[in-house]
Amino acid sequence: MPELLSLEPTRRLMQPASVAPAHLSTVALEKYYRKGDHKIPVLRGVEINIRRGEFLSIVGQSGSGKSTLLHVMGLLDSPSVGEVLLDGDRIDDLPQTTRDELRNRVFGFVFQFYHLLPELNVLENVLTPLMIRHSMFGYWKRRREFKAQAEEILEKVGLTHRLKHKPNELSGGEMQRAAIARSLVAKPEILLADEPTGNLDAGTGQEILGLLRNLNEQEGLTIVMVTHDESLARSAHRLVRLTEGRLEVLNEAA
Amino acid sequence: MYKLLLSVRYLRTRFIALASIISVMLGVATMIVVNSVMSGFGTEMRNRIHAILSDVVVETNSLDGVHDPERWMQIIREVGGDDIDSMAAMVEIYGMMTYDYRGQSVMKTVQLVGIDPLTRAKVSPDAGVFQNSLDSYQEIKEDKIVVREPLRLPNEPPSWELTAEAMEYRRHHIKLQQEYIEKRKWEQGRAKPEAGASDDDAPAAIVNPFADPVPSAALKDTAPDFTTGQHPVVEVDQAAPQPARVFVGAGLIEFVYYDEEGKQRKVMRIVRPGDDVMISTISAGRPEPVRFHATVVDVFKSGMSEYDSNLVFCNLEELQRVRGMIDPDNNDGAITSIQIKLKNYDRAAEVVRRLQAALPPGLFSVRTWEQKQGPLLAAVEIEKAILNVLLFLIITVAGFGILAIFYMIVVEKTRDIGILKALGASSRGVMTIFLSYGLALGVVGSGVGVAIGLLFVNYIDKIEKGLSWLTGRKIFDETIYYFPNIPTDVSPTMVVWVALAAVTIAVLASVLPARRAARLHPVEALRYE
Ligand SMILES: Nc1ncnc2c1ncn2[C@@H]1O[C@H](COP(=O)(O)OP(=O)(O)OP(=O)(O)O)[C@@H](O)[C@H]1O
Ligand SMILES: [Mg+2]
Repeated sequence: MPELLSLEPTRRLMQPASVAPAHLSTVALEKYYRKGDHKIPVLRGVEINIRRGEFLSIVGQSGSGKSTLLHVMGLLDSPSVGEVLLDGDRIDDLPQTTRDELRNRVFGFVFQFYHLLPELNVLENVLTPLMIRHSMFGYWKRRREFKAQAEEILEKVGLTHRLKHKPNELSGGEMQRAAIARSLVAKPEILLADEPTGNLDAGTGQEILGLLRNLNEQEGLTIVMVTHDESLARSAHRLVRLTEGRLEVLNEAA
Repeated sequence: MYKLLLSVRYLRTRFIALASIISVMLGVATMIVVNSVMSGFGTEMRNRIHAILSDVVVETNSLDGVHDPERWMQIIREVGGDDIDSMAAMVEIYGMMTYDYRGQSVMKTVQLVGIDPLTRAKVSPDAGVFQNSLDSYQEIKEDKIVVREPLRLPNEPPSWELTAEAMEYRRHHIKLQQEYIEKRKWEQGRAKPEAGASDDDAPAAIVNPFADPVPSAALKDTAPDFTTGQHPVVEVDQAAPQPARVFVGAGLIEFVYYDEEGKQRKVMRIVRPGDDVMISTISAGRPEPVRFHATVVDVFKSGMSEYDSNLVFCNLEELQRVRGMIDPDNNDGAITSIQIKLKNYDRAAEVVRRLQAALPPGLFSVRTWEQKQGPLLAAVEIEKAILNVLLFLIITVAGFGILAIFYMIVVEKTRDIGILKALGASSRGVMTIFLSYGLALGVVGSGVGVAIGLLFVNYIDKIEKGLSWLTGRKIFDETIYYFPNIPTDVSPTMVVWVALAAVTIAVLASVLPARRAARLHPVEALRYE
């Protein structure tokens, strides 16, 4: 149903006010990489509308461009053609600093390979988005509040016993949970998770998924999750497959 | 906040960063030490020059000088006004000094300076400077033990009077000489006089004008027998010093040798206060060259070898008299230079300008002491500047070290930079991490460097001793420089500049890597393995 609303950007302005715009959507999104004279197309016109509070799963073959799509949606990369809209407003052509700000405030990222900072312990890693958001003085003033916030989230992901550990002292599952905690600490509106269970055993994967579902249900967090595991993917509201640079809807569950 | 946290963490976990800290530190420390020692030497040298040349020097262009010094001094006082503290008129001419050493004549060209010691002492930059350069005011040490106390009290004004010790020495010496002559006469009386008889062993340092014709009885002043009436007291004192008195530069009458092992440097003094030397003036012009004997009153040592091996101070009136510079009609002596001490040296340029305007230009040249010693002082400054440039290159090398190390760290941290950007860090923020990292390196390095440098300067004498002991060679030979300690002069501005420059270089060196880090594309950085 939301796909029907994916209109041309110029016409979008004329849409009836009663219809709320999608939380995050893409319009005719294309992405090429250049290899010398060759244009390697990865995304060829991706159209997607994600409702507020939706849990969307993306599956696709390796190399189909799932990570690329997530990066473009999360403003880590810019599209070659097309637009990314947040609450109906175009965001991919905003100035660099505004995009930095949006990344920090609106999006939470969970990466395929955790990507924790090796010099910092778990607690500090979780606090980085807040440190980035606030000035040194502002952070210093509210450091206790922030620390409590981080500890609360770490408790939610079950890492209370590992606060002072460095990433290389953690198991894969623990690192993934730390990465999830980091993506949530800044209270984002949209969580972009790139194979959050990719390197975990089935049990731990289920645990993580449960965590995400909880967040989605209890806090209304919009989640876009890329995964290989179709059984995990099926527990989302909606499941799309990325093939040859385009999306096809597989399942529109409740 | 993350910037500070990360730069501190990177600093702590990267030992290679320590290498660049150490190179910055060493550069800063050497710069401080070398600068302090060089300006210590420079200051010391300036002080020594300034002890000889007073603030402003007015010189006549001709060696014949000008008559009526009082009139000229009056003019100077009127022109200089309140800036003039005191003045001393002098005669500066060239001459030769001859003395005997083991039967051979030693001849030296000298600069004869006729002075009045009292007024000369007054134009010195500080009270007592002139006295301090005279031997009789100093104690003499050998191997740290005082072997002779000062012969004159520090508050005694300098004069042409011989000290009691010098007088004693003179008497004793003349007596020996007389006895020797007596012996020779007696021998000659007994045997046939031998032609070309060598008198190499004669203690001939004292040339007594009265010695030869006067009978030896006159010398028995040690135990004159007044009761017999044989020797009337009215007779001339054989040991009376010459009317011409001199302070002789130490370099003219000393020579340096090494002891048997060839290690210890020793100084042998050939002429002592109480001895006589022969002075002859040289001149191409009107005053005929003259020769006269002069009694050495004191040995003079400024520490500047140009002066110490050149200058002979002589009593002004006597020099004027023998050289015929005194007008017989009105007893007015000519002078060749007037040294002026100012109340405030900062006004020197102004005073010189006024004096140049007021005095007849063809007759006098007016200069500050710095202008007169310009080339020497400039040479020292240039030396210091060159050394500073070289040492600064060391710090620059350290800067390139920082550049290389930072580049390495940026490459190593590429993925982390991607993470930070993905979490919303701006390019500026990422750049700040590395800039503040460089700043921290510079601050720590130059801070420790300043501390080490200042400690080194503070304990430089102990360090010198330790090094001398280690290498078995005297590194700083005080007999060469006449310094008991290595002179140092720490200028706070210099320290601040060196530290600032080091910090700046460290920050500049981190700019390139920091910019590279800032420009990294987040996705590519994340993909980087
Ligand atoms: N910088 C690049 N230059 C050229 N091609 C690239 C570049 N980055 C990605 N690609 C290509 O884009 C395609 C999509 O990559 P992407 O990482 O999005 O795949 P993916 O679906 O996430 O795969 P996986 O499931 O293995 O993570 C791949 O074929 C890859 O080779
Ligand atoms: Mg991927």
